[in-house]
Amino acid sequence: MQYWIIQTLNSFALGGLLFLLAAGFSLIFGLMRIANLTHGSMYMLGAYVGVSVLKVVPNLWLAAIIGGLVIAVFGGLVERLILRALAGNALGQVLVTLGISFIIADLCLMVWGGDPIPIPTPPALQQPILVGGVAFPTYRLVVLLIAVVTAVVLHLLMDRTRIGAMIRAGVDDMQMARAVGIPVSRLFTAVFCLGAALAGAGGIIGGPIMSAYPGLDADMLPLALIVVMLGGVGSLLGAFVGSFLIGAIYTFGTALLPDLAYVILFLPMIVVIAFRPTGLFGRQSV
Amino acid sequence: MAFNRRRFMQATGASAATLGIPSLAHSQSGSIRIGLMTVKTGPLASGGIDMERALVQYLKEHNYTMAGRKVELFVGDSGGVPAQARTKIQELVERDKIQVMIGPLDTASALAADDYIRQAQLLTLSVAAAEDMTQRKPNPWFTRGTSTSSQCSMPLADYCTKTLKYKRMVTIADDIAYGHEMCAGFQRVFEDAGGKIVQKLFSPLTVPDYGTYIAQLKTNADAIFLGFAGSNGFRFFRQFNEYGLRGKIAVVGGMTAFDEAVLRNMGDEALGIVTTCWYSAEIENAINKRFVANFRVDWGYDPGFYAAATYVEAAVLDATLNAIKGKIEDKEAFMKAVRSVKIDTARGPVAFDKYGNVVGNVYIRKVERKDGRLVNRVIYTYPNVSQFWTYKAEEFLKNPVYSRDWPPAKNLEL
Repeated sequence: MQYWIIQTLNSFALGGLLFLLAAGFSLIFGLMRIANLTHGSMYMLGAYVGVSVLKVVPNLWLAAIIGGLVIAVFGGLVERLILRALAGNALGQVLVTLGISFIIADLCLMVWGGDPIPIPTPPALQQPILVGGVAFPTYRLVVLLIAVVTAVVLHLLMDRTRIGAMIRAGVDDMQMARAVGIPVSRLFTAVFCLGAALAGAGGIIGGPIMSAYPGLDADMLPLALIVVMLGGVGSLLGAFVGSFLIGAIYTFGTALLPDLAYVILFLPMIVVIAFRPTGLFGRQSV
Repeated sequence: MAFNRRRFMQATGASAATLGIPSLAHSQSGSIRIGLMTVKTGPLASGGIDMERALVQYLKEHNYTMAGRKVELFVGDSGGVPAQARTKIQELVERDKIQVMIGPLDTASALAADDYIRQAQLLTLSVAAAEDMTQRKPNPWFTRGTSTSSQCSMPLADYCTKTLKYKRMVTIADDIAYGHEMCAGFQRVFEDAGGKIVQKLFSPLTVPDYGTYIAQLKTNADAIFLGFAGSNGFRFFRQFNEYGLRGKIAVVGGMTAFDEAVLRNMGDEALGIVTTCWYSAEIENAINKRFVANFRVDWGYDPGFYAAATYVEAAVLDATLNAIKGKIEDKEAFMKAVRSVKIDTARGPVAFDKYGNVVGNVYIRKVERKDGRLVNRVIYTYPNVSQFWTYKAEEFLKNPVYSRDWPPAKNLEL
């Protein structure tokens, strides 16, 4: 019984971590149709920036905000200076984001070195908490909480605000959105910055669990892709459900069928794509 | 570890300067061309950069001279990608005309390059731990002065039964050949001595989160053996603590789990952990003391597994060249000489078996705090350990190679 409680909590916590990673990716992919392959790198860069910020201000939450802002600026520059020049050339954009991710990986190696660097858990959350008689890391529950709050805030932003309506219009029919006077260009930059900020802050908030190490980018990017493919491109709900679904499948899959640890993440994606190519909550785009 | 560019350029300047010169015809009077196949980018870069730093240090200490001949160093970076390693080795051989290679770093790269090493008859002093390259499928041009995957884990198993008196243990490792071989050797020795491995877990190399594995651990066992490489041991152990398991179940580690490179980013939670390795920066011998002192002056941290690996291999190369009076062109003589080398190195005395693998000390170490930093203090020494441990080589080789499924685990508890 305890085992099931702890694994269920594990799957929730992993789902929360995945949502923080995938939400930004989904936003960018949904609006701009760019498979932003620097997303994993932004996550890693966020974690490393967090490491440096924490040396000056020993507060994880402040570091997450600062790191998110830094990565947002970086994302904005990438979008304005590089991706903009390749507008309409989807393949070129994918290639250039992949190239940038290699550059970021080597820059991180140069600046922060090759050793794994821990990001300390906030002191107040270091002790495990007892849930139904089992010890569970408090911090993971906090990550889950942050993910849920982020999801609600993003939902309100997308559903209840003018800018959200404009983004949704852009996702549904970009040409028509332009035609009715929505500044799609500025929207692109804003969304890219927001997506980058989420990735960067996610890297820091995930830091006490994942640490910062070379290769973190390559470990995280496929997860973001899987979640978004499964949940549906451009759908916030899809990213949310997808994250927790993958969290659960991964946790219980590796626990119950350890030999399938490698494919367990891809199986549901294949099944969903076979029967619903747009993903669980993806809308048919024009 | 700050990547100090100026220092790095100073250290590698001598080798970089030679890169521009078109390869001169090398006769016996010319210089000896050494290739270092390492990893300077990607996830394995931490160890790979240490490999280069330590090798350059050795060459500088010996004035870039071995057996009276000048030595030139060429460095290849595979990024940890096996196919890339194969290409880079070919480049080192065909463009830079290297005569002997130190490296590659990782098992997968060594296996990928196996055919080429045979074909090019490239003299190789490797760091990679793949068992069968010096066992059932020995490559005549391949030697290893460090350790096979299980060469250090087998003595640790002995220590766990005899000294620590563990009876029931859990193993967990990366799901790669290195992890399989290490755990298999540990299991065999532990169970031959009457212990029981009650749970064996292998997690994918790029597992996003160890929570699901940690939740499965049988915490009623006496101890858990960690067979991780690179940053994974570090990540696993952090999460292990997060779940409040520290102190509930003892932890012992394989030769890369609590390496000096990992320790310098850890805190008090690592204190008291027992690990095994063929090296520790704390080994008390004159060669090692000088090596560690110089390394600390240059880089500000203790050398670990990878730095010591190339430093030891360079000493082996030096001794071999002395034995054949510097005539590296006679490849057969070189390989014969390397197998009969007997020298004292930073890791202690080193000799080789007829398969080209090292016979040397294995150290049982304990993490302690010294001068404010964490170190692996040697608490017990197993002298002259061979890759076959105490088993007879012929009988050992009749068994299948150590793997995920061999030896079979008979004592798993569900």
